Amino acid sequence: DTWISTQKKIHSQLSLPVYPLQENRQFGSKMTDSKYFTTTKKGEIFELKAELNSDKKEKKKEAVKKVIASMTVGKDVSALFPDVVNCMQTDNLELKKLVYLYLMNYAKSQPDMAIMAVNTFVKDCEDPNPLIRALAVRTMGCIRVDKITEYLCEPLRKCLKDEDPYVRKTAAVCVAKLHDINAQLVEDQGFLDTLKDLISDSNPMVVANAVAALSEIAESHPNSNLLDLNPQTINKLLTALNECTEWGQIFILDCLANYTPRDDRESQSICERVTPRLSHANSAVVLSAVKVLMKFMEMLPKDLDYYGTLLKKLAPPLVTLLSAEPELQYVALRNINLIVQRRPEILKHEMKVFFVKYNDPIYVKLEKLDIMIRLASQANIAQVLAELKEYATEVDVDFVRKAVRAIGRCAIKVEQSAERCVSTLLDLIQTKVNYVVQEAIVVIKDIFRKYPNKYESVIATLCENLDSLDEPEARAAMIWIVGEYAERIDNADELLESFLEGFHDESTQVQLQLLTAIVKLFLKKPTETQELVQQVLSLATQDSDNPDLRDRGYIYWRLLSTDPVAAKEVVLAEKPLISEETDLIEPTLLEELICHIGTLASVYHKPPSAFVEGSRGVQHKRLPGSAGSGESVESPDPGAAATETPPAVIPSQGDLLGDLLNLDLTPTTTTGPPPPTTSGMQMGAMDLLSGGLDSLMGDESEPLGGDIGGNPAMGAAFGAAPATMPASFNAPGSGGLDDLFDLGGGVGMPMGALNPPKAVWLPAMKAKGLEISGVFVRRAGVIQMEMTLTNKAMSVMTDFAIQFNRNSFGLAPAGPLQILTPLSPNQSIEPLNNLQVAVKNNIDVFYFSCQYPISMLFVEDGKMERQVFLATWKDIPNDNESQFQIKDCHLNSDAASNKLQSSNIFTIAKRTVEGQDMLYQSMKLTNGIWVLAELRVQAGNPNYTVSSISLKCRAPEVSQCVFQNYEAVLKN
Amino acid sequence: MIGGLFIYNHKGEVLISRVYRDDIGNAVDAFRVNVIHARQQVRSPVTNIARTSFLHVKRSNIWLAAATKQNVNATMVFEFLYKMCDVMAAYFGKISEENVKNNFVLIYELLDEILDFGYPQNSETGALKTFITHSNTVVTGQIGWRREGIKYRRNELFLDVLESVNLLMSPQGQVLSAHVSGRVVMKSYLSGMPECKFGMNDKIVIDKQGKGGGSEDVAKSGKQSIAIDDCTFHQCVRLSKFDTERSISFIPPDGDYELMRYRTTKDIILPFRVIPLVREVGRTRLEVKVVIKSNFKSSLLAQKIEVRIPTPLTTSGVQLICMKGKAKYKASENAIVWKVKRMAGMKESQISAEIELLPTNDKKKWARPPISMNFEVPFAPSGLKVRYLKVFEPKLNYSDHDVIKWVRYIGRSGIYETRC
Repeated sequence: DTWISTQKKIHSQLSLPVYPLQENRQFGSKMTDSKYFTTTKKGEIFELKAELNSDKKEKKKEAVKKVIASMTVGKDVSALFPDVVNCMQTDNLELKKLVYLYLMNYAKSQPDMAIMAVNTFVKDCEDPNPLIRALAVRTMGCIRVDKITEYLCEPLRKCLKDEDPYVRKTAAVCVAKLHDINAQLVEDQGFLDTLKDLISDSNPMVVANAVAALSEIAESHPNSNLLDLNPQTINKLLTALNECTEWGQIFILDCLANYTPRDDRESQSICERVTPRLSHANSAVVLSAVKVLMKFMEMLPKDLDYYGTLLKKLAPPLVTLLSAEPELQYVALRNINLIVQRRPEILKHEMKVFFVKYNDPIYVKLEKLDIMIRLASQANIAQVLAELKEYATEVDVDFVRKAVRAIGRCAIKVEQSAERCVSTLLDLIQTKVNYVVQEAIVVIKDIFRKYPNKYESVIATLCENLDSLDEPEARAAMIWIVGEYAERIDNADELLESFLEGFHDESTQVQLQLLTAIVKLFLKKPTETQELVQQVLSLATQDSDNPDLRDRGYIYWRLLSTDPVAAKEVVLAEKPLISEETDLIEPTLLEELICHIGTLASVYHKPPSAFVEGSRGVQHKRLPGSAGSGESVESPDPGAAATETPPAVIPSQGDLLGDLLNLDLTPTTTTGPPPPTTSGMQMGAMDLLSGGLDSLMGDESEPLGGDIGGNPAMGAAFGAAPATMPASFNAPGSGGLDDLFDLGGGVGMPMGALNPPKAVWLPAMKAKGLEISGVFVRRAGVIQMEMTLTNKAMSVMTDFAIQFNRNSFGLAPAGPLQILTPLSPNQSIEPLNNLQVAVKNNIDVFYFSCQYPISMLFVEDGKMERQVFLATWKDIPNDNESQFQIKDCHLNSDAASNKLQSSNIFTIAKRTVEGQDMLYQSMKLTNGIWVLAELRVQAGNPNYTVSSISLKCRAPEVSQCVFQNYEAVLKN
Repeated sequence: MIGGLFIYNHKGEVLISRVYRDDIGNAVDAFRVNVIHARQQVRSPVTNIARTSFLHVKRSNIWLAAATKQNVNATMVFEFLYKMCDVMAAYFGKISEENVKNNFVLIYELLDEILDFGYPQNSETGALKTFITHSNTVVTGQIGWRREGIKYRRNELFLDVLESVNLLMSPQGQVLSAHVSGRVVMKSYLSGMPECKFGMNDKIVIDKQGKGGGSEDVAKSGKQSIAIDDCTFHQCVRLSKFDTERSISFIPPDGDYELMRYRTTKDIILPFRVIPLVREVGRTRLEVKVVIKSNFKSSLLAQKIEVRIPTPLTTSGVQLICMKGKAKYKASENAIVWKVKRMAGMKESQISAEIELLPTNDKKKWARPPISMNFEVPFAPSGLKVRYLKVFEPKLNYSDHDVIKWVRYIGRSGIYETRC
């Protein structure tokens, strides 16, 4: 170590800056190029023409430079095409490159003349200098003229097998270029296979470019098996990853992220080989590695040591991204926002790094603020609040608004801080800064919702600022407050009346709110406000063109005139709790965005299909299936393609409603909305039909009046009724399906009124028009799988058959069945009660998987003898015992016992210890497994909120399922 | 991938326009009209105009924008734009309108080489110079960042540890956040394909070695080791080796490069402490007193010390008294700037200011931006020490001892702010 101490002194005498970059100048071409930008005189083209045809090499070069400069500033110099192309035959590489640049720009507008260049290209591809070979093949690919591409094939084929890696890597990209011009040609010429071979190339840069080219080509063929990712190729990619340039690493990581490992072991081993990338200096390498890890982590069991290690490893590199340049920080923050929503645990201790710096660009500030709110918790709330208070005095209006809003969010999120938040907000209102006041009022409304009867004392202060509110959101919030607390505000009627004067100039949001507020006021103080309510009702119903407003007005009117008591119950109903988090991204979208970490999609927080044209954006990515989430990934690996489908909730309002909702999905099957959007629509329609009525009336849930924006989709859907065919498919004795379907659009078989909701198991988009939704029930000791098969295709479907894959409880259809190719082996991460099913018709075989409730496996003779119970309980080792908590269950022990009995869970004994009822219960599964339970219920207190349950079983794997069943039964 | 890359001057005039993909249409004008000519504060470095995404950065007055129609890797595009700036700077110095115009042919050549069909290719300046200097040798080797056959008469290595120390302190002197972001910048002039190994007082490494050695050893070195929160490396470093053994080994690029970046938050030496005292006297006067204390060995000298005290927009006059250095009120910057050339460790100095304010009836309070500080110190505030840098070149006949090595530590202020 001595060299440091002895030589330090000498070196430190050098003054700063240490090493001037003397050698730099030699590379710039003579410092005179700018003059080319200034030649703008008339007759220029003629002069240039003459110069281009000059005999002197230097003069030619000068002339070409002038041409390029003119081209750059947007002048049309296409007239010089033949003259420039004439300069192409030269040994001077610089001149050649300039001519090529010109060619790339103008070849398309002069295709016939561009042919003149072909010979030179072909010749250059044979040049002994690899730089020239590569330059030729690179440029040729950029000339998008059909006639030229024909000539490109032979040189390209040679270059793909060139001895020099520089040429090969250039040729690899050229295949992608050619594919963009003429995809068919690339396929016919077999270039794709050559490209695939390059993945095994000895040079890592060649591998990286081949991967990039293949990924791009594969994107425009979503269903091709082009990027045949299998463990062998993955291994090759991981090897190249360690050796190639930073950009190559990004290509490879982005490609890896599309792979779905076969099992958790493979997943872990890939993760282990990717984690070193987190220390790369290039942020894009880091974020792409994070993407791979975030995705593959889904497959790792949470109790694995490695899982915890991986989580810990992710935080430091994410924090490091925040010391990058501001633009990169912005991208990083947008991504961190997603990561925090998916896995809050990663950054929960890193709040401080998101504190806003005075000099941060505004876009960084706003994003940091967003993340601060997400990370706010009881542990750090004091610090966060202190920061937010600082921010609220800043200059940028958007930022200040967001900071004020953030204070309100903190109050709602962390109860302990609510009081301080409210007082901070009141301080801010005192500043009288207009937008601060308005923002504060909007959030205070939410605080009132969250903590009723706690902070209403501040209403007086709020009312003082009534006049300064000019934004619709703030006005609406204030009106809501006045209406909601009308009984405490003496002059509530005057206040509301003052708004009524300019009723028609208000925005819809305010109008709706005003209508509701006055109705509330009327119900609270009927005597003095009759006139007011009549006034608003007539304004809303007779003088308004807005259907939302009119409908709401009519409903109130009718309600008030027919049954004022009911009106009171509806309008002044207790409001549901508001959620703690806002602006959460919808889970399916979030999953998709996690698969797009680092890309524009993650910056926009929109799926690629929302901003990419053509076929590239259509593909929806999914996280690999783990506990109860996500559809299968768009993966060429068929084995992994059958993970479970999320149980899309269809309300249990009876069949009619179910069918209505099905209609909703139909209008566009071919170009139709992708699955996540569809389910969103479905939910919307459901809301409107079922729960929608309440929200229409008294309850302005989160978006003030916003959720009433009528849903025309429902009406429109009636017209396009498809052939929907509910079919009850009983496990024992099937076979009637063919006949049923030949009826084609006949009347559906009536189904039992007590049906549990059906879930879409196989969306039509995945099965060439066949949609399957279904549910499992247990009736009279028989397990039934009820399915609704909907034909959404244009043609008739016949020849149906069904088969189940091997599953945990040995379920099998009880009818004669055709034998189909078996599905890939059951993956360990799937829940036990997962069933993989294959359905066949005349078109194809479709695979899907679904979960059945474990309760249908409980047999009727599941009641154990007392003595046997005791013995068995002792006999089962304590390791097999699992404990669970059931929250918010309002049943006493007898009611619970009765409820459970109906799903074949039998109570054997009951005793009371220290005010708690203990129920001892047993159940037996079809395959003979006994499950014993001890349910602890708080007796005497009908409002107890938590009961706990211990489950013992020789096969402890089933405990989780059984518990879920308990929860479902007890809460139902 | 990137569909096109454009460089504009501050007026929005196109200096460089290279289109890689036809699908972006007339993107070059769309960006000019919608972003540069909008003349508003940039609200996002990513803009979507007519379904084309633009990612841009600014270097002094020059705009660099990449356009694309696809869902590109945005992080990669920004990294590429920065890299592009670095490469250009390495070729012709500062990125200015004049320099870009003077070198436009070179820039087109570079763009042709480092971006193919919108895919970034090898962008290491060292390697690029083999393509773009008009010599007709050497091509893509197994190692992208170093060409073969480099020869020096004198094998020499320069190593700079450059740190920037960042602080946010409350008026009461409580550290709200502090971190050091450091860089190890090297300049190597070595022949052949040398293997290098770099060692520093990384706590994890020291602790590991300490386990093997005696307890005395641990006590001695353990004290000096530092905990590194996270570090990132130049692409030449074998990351898998760092991941498993925590050793930093690499074949260096030729010339200048940044070997690593790191970040520490524990046991940071804060070279200066700023103690502000602001008193509002009535509505038209403000009294400000700021004390700075240097907190390092008295034998060391800090340089280029500058304290910036923001003043309200309504300031009409300022009177200043300072013990050391020079202080000035700069009306255009709304700040008092106090400069001290040198200051030894363990010293203290102060400035007092009386600020006259114009009476206003503006309700809005003055936001009181934080007091910021700049300085340079000849040590690493993180405590990082270079332990060794070994060079092996098995094929050529020079050994580790023949290489002349230099090391230097410089600590600079990053964002060093104290709220007042």
